[in-house]
This record gives sequence, structure tokens and C-alpha cells, in this order.
Amino acid sequence: MTKDACKKLVIDIISDIAPDEDLSGIKPEIRLRDQLQLDSMDFLDIVMELRKRHCIEVPEADYGHLASLESCAEYLTPKFPDSAKA
Amino acid sequence: MNDSRYDVAIIGAGMSGLAAGIRLAHFGKKVCIFERHNAPGGLNSFYSFAGRKYDVGLHAMTNYVPPGVKGTPLGKLLRQLRIDREEFALCPQKQSRIVFGPNSEISLRFTNDFAVLEAEIAAKFPSQIDNGRSLVQAVRAYDDVSFDAQPVSAREVVGRYLSDPLLTDMIFCPLMYYGNAQERDMEFGQFVIMFKALFLEGFARPFEGVRLILRVLLEKYRAAGGERRMKCGVAKIIEQEGRAARLILDNGDEITADQVISSVGFAETMRLCEPARVTEAEQNTGALSFIETITVLNRQPASLGWGDDTIVFFNDSTRFDYSRPVDQVDLRSGVICLPNNFEYDGDELPEGLFRVTCLANFDRWANRPEDIYQADKKRWFTEATRSARRFLPAVDEAALVAATITTDMFTPRTIRKYTGHLNGAIYGAPHKIRNGRTHLKNLYLCGTDQGFLGIVGAMLSGISMANFHVLQGSAK
Repeated sequence: MTKDACKKLVIDIISDIAPDEDLSGIKPEIRLRDQLQLDSMDFLDIVMELRKRHCIEVPEADYGHLASLESCAEYLTPKFPDSAKA
Repeated sequence: MNDSRYDVAIIGAGMSGLAAGIRLAHFGKKVCIFERHNAPGGLNSFYSFAGRKYDVGLHAMTNYVPPGVKGTPLGKLLRQLRIDREEFALCPQKQSRIVFGPNSEISLRFTNDFAVLEAEIAAKFPSQIDNGRSLVQAVRAYDDVSFDAQPVSAREVVGRYLSDPLLTDMIFCPLMYYGNAQERDMEFGQFVIMFKALFLEGFARPFEGVRLILRVLLEKYRAAGGERRMKCGVAKIIEQEGRAARLILDNGDEITADQVISSVGFAETMRLCEPARVTEAEQNTGALSFIETITVLNRQPASLGWGDDTIVFFNDSTRFDYSRPVDQVDLRSGVICLPNNFEYDGDELPEGLFRVTCLANFDRWANRPEDIYQADKKRWFTEATRSARRFLPAVDEAALVAATITTDMFTPRTIRKYTGHLNGAIYGAPHKIRNGRTHLKNLYLCGTDQGFLGIVGAMLSGISMANFHVLQGSAK
């Protein structure tokens, strides 16, 4: 798993949760909340979908790591089982 | 052999139960919805009678916002349930009115564009408009989804802004009729939810009515892997060590679930518990019930001369009195719905519909012998439609009779029978349980008595309770 692939997975999740958001121009360093209209219910869904689709657990204390696409990739990439090989 | 162990059991396949079920099934919970009736929908269902399908409950779906408007309940619910907006195929209303006075002396027109109502108030209540705008700001700023807000009287809060009792009553009338379980007053949080739902957002309806909404929900639930048992209500919730340990079904079967979400109402749920919580139930049982008349016409209501109104809220008295009537029905106020008057995109409903809703007294309908009950229905049908027609353009009696194909009517007794709500109280208990908690650790409430109102509110209630009590807990 590369960071770019990881970002893509996160974007896939957001596009399913919030199909009414335009995700084409997302800037990776900027907080998702500042570019998209996502509320706490949506963030809970990102966490839930990560678990459902990729068996990745994000404890509540770590929710802050999901703020931007970049920080998502930083935090989530090592959690994928094949990351060591990538 | 039916497997009888679930992660979550949901009591009732209404809007809230189905929405909770979709969330839970989507995230892999083994969930089953138990519904006593053969049709889903609860308070917002449909029935067939003499070959014709009727919606119950739904006049209009509130909380309508046009595509692209985000952050409102409708958008949240679509996202949470992974429903594409197109699936609900919502058609916005044409226009609605609040009409007061024995001769319709004053009327406020409103549409899905709030500016219309604002301009009406500015024109008809010029001394109130500035404070009215401040009230709207307060409504917009209020956190209406807080789970632990303290109840405050809406009459008191609104009274700080509006000094004209007529305008105050005209604002309260639609909000109360479309969701208030309390007599005379309303909790301010509920007022805010309804004000946003009706005035700041608006009315819409799918061409096919409530059936379409239910079909979408059922299909999502099925696709997510949720189970559902129809004609199989929950008869008892057996308590053990502060938990709902087992559920006994109507057919005598027993099932167990780690968590139980009940959408059947607070008092109704307390009475299902074994041991039953009778005192708690009695202290928080709704008193407000309704009758509704339905007239099916062989033409569009507009072509009879009734105009373009979608919904008309009316009252003929000096003060609007939203309380349990002394008589069987209170004819002084009510709601008219003409479901033909939504923007169906060039299409029109095949038949005309004219519906009238008035407050009614459950006890005075409940134990009538059958022949007297039928006679009462006939009499009040005539009275209620006659009362409501005072607030529509005059239509010749003979023309209306000639255009009428058939009629039907429901009463507090019908509501009790088909929804299980004690006292036929559509809007449930006067005191809402916002966090959904009960005396049992793993038993929660969702739906009407959790306190998010309207169809959209009901679905959001199911979503919120599933998130808050089940999914969030398990995400930790």
C-alpha cells in the first residue's frame, strides 16, 4: 500500500458517504472539513467504512489523524497489512 | 429453525425502525426488525380499501430542500442511509396557507421559499417583523439535535419576540398540527425542529406517496442483509439484572439480542417490559388524537375551483386551542391537504384527493358500539369537511357531490388499532426522551418519542440512536 493508494481509498469512501460533494479538486494538506461539508456523522462513517472495507480500526483518540487527506495517508498507510512490502 | 440470537432487535418497522435497521445492517450487525402488522410504515403507512390505495399519515414530507443545499436533515439522512436523492423523487409543494378567523380574515401564504412568508408577515404584521426576524435568527442558531437540552416552553421563548397573539398562534398552528404531542404549548427544541422543517425548509411529496419512501427503505435494508419479521410483534421485554434479557414474540417464540431499539413509543415500551412500568407509562402518555377525512374526486381539486393550495392550516377562534377536545372532534381548527397540488413535473395524480384533519378525543371514540361508531363517523365526516371548506374558495355542494367517487375516514380508534399508540396519540408522549435511554441498560427508544419529528425526523431518529448507542460504542 502506497500513500497515494491510501488516499484513493479514503476518497472512495468519502464519495460513497457524500456523493453530493465534488471531490475532484481536494487539496491533500488542507483539512477535509474546510473544503467539504462533512459533519461528525460523516466522520464516524469514514471510521466505520474503514473498518468494514479494510478491517482497519481507528480508536476515537486517533480521529484527529483523519483531518486531511495527507494526515489520513500518513496515519492509515502503515495499518494496511501489505505496507511493509510496498 | 429460526436463529433466535441477534446483535440488535428493533421493535417496529416504521420509518425510524427501518432507518436504524439500515445503518446497523450496513455495518455488519446481525439485526432483525419485528413488526406486528403485515405492512411496514407504522404511523406513515398505506392501505387498500375497495381496490384503492390510500396513504395514512403523510400529507407532505417536511424538511424539503432543493438539490445542492447541504447540512440540513434531509441531506444528512440521504448520506447516512446511502440513498440517492433521485430515489425519493420528491416533488415540491405549490403553496400553502395559514388562515385564521371565522371568515378567513387573515391569511399567511408560504412556500418552500422562506422569503414569501417573511414578506407576508411584514405586510400583515408590520409591527412584528423586526422581532420576527430575530426569532428566526434564534431558531437558526439553536442546537436542535442536542441529546441533553433542558426543556423550555416555546410559548415563553416566542413571547419574548412576538407580542401579537394572533401572529404567535398562526405560527404555532402548523408546527403543532404537524408534530406536537403536548397540549397548548410546545417544547422549544421541538418548536425549532418544526419551524425549520416547515418554514425554513419545506414540503414535498413523491408522486407515488409514502409507498415509494417505504419501498426504498425496505430495499436498502434487505440489500444490507437486515432481517425482518412481519406479523410478528414483540409481546414482552423480559428484564433481568437491569437489562432486556429476552424478547417474547406475539407467537410465543423467544429471542435474545445484545441491544434492543424500540420505536413503538415510550409508554408503549414501558408496558411491554416485564415487570411493566405502569406508573412511568401513565405519566407520559399522549392525549392528542385526530380524525382524518378523505374524499376521492374524479377530477383535480383545482378544476373544482379549490385553487393551488397544497396544505391549509385553519382556525376560526380568537385563540388557537391545541388541546384534547371535550367533544368527539374539535371543528374550530384543522388542516386541509390537497395532495394533487405538488409540482409533479407535468404529471398529475389520476384522482383528486381532499383530506381534512381535526383534533379528536380518543375516549369518546374508543368504546362506542359498532353501529353508533359508524353513525358518528358519518356525522363527523360531514361536519369536518364542511368546517374545512370555509377556508377554501366556495365550491357548489352539488358539484362536489357529483365529483366525489368515494370517501373514507380514520378516527382515534383506527390509529390505536393500526399503530398501537395508546390514546390514538399519533405524536406520542408529551415528554420526549432525547437521548433514547430507558431504565434498562441495553434498551433504547427511537422514533416519535425520541423527539425528532416528521418523517425525515423519524428516520434521523433511528439513525442517531443506532449511531449513538450501537455503532459509536462498538467503534471505540
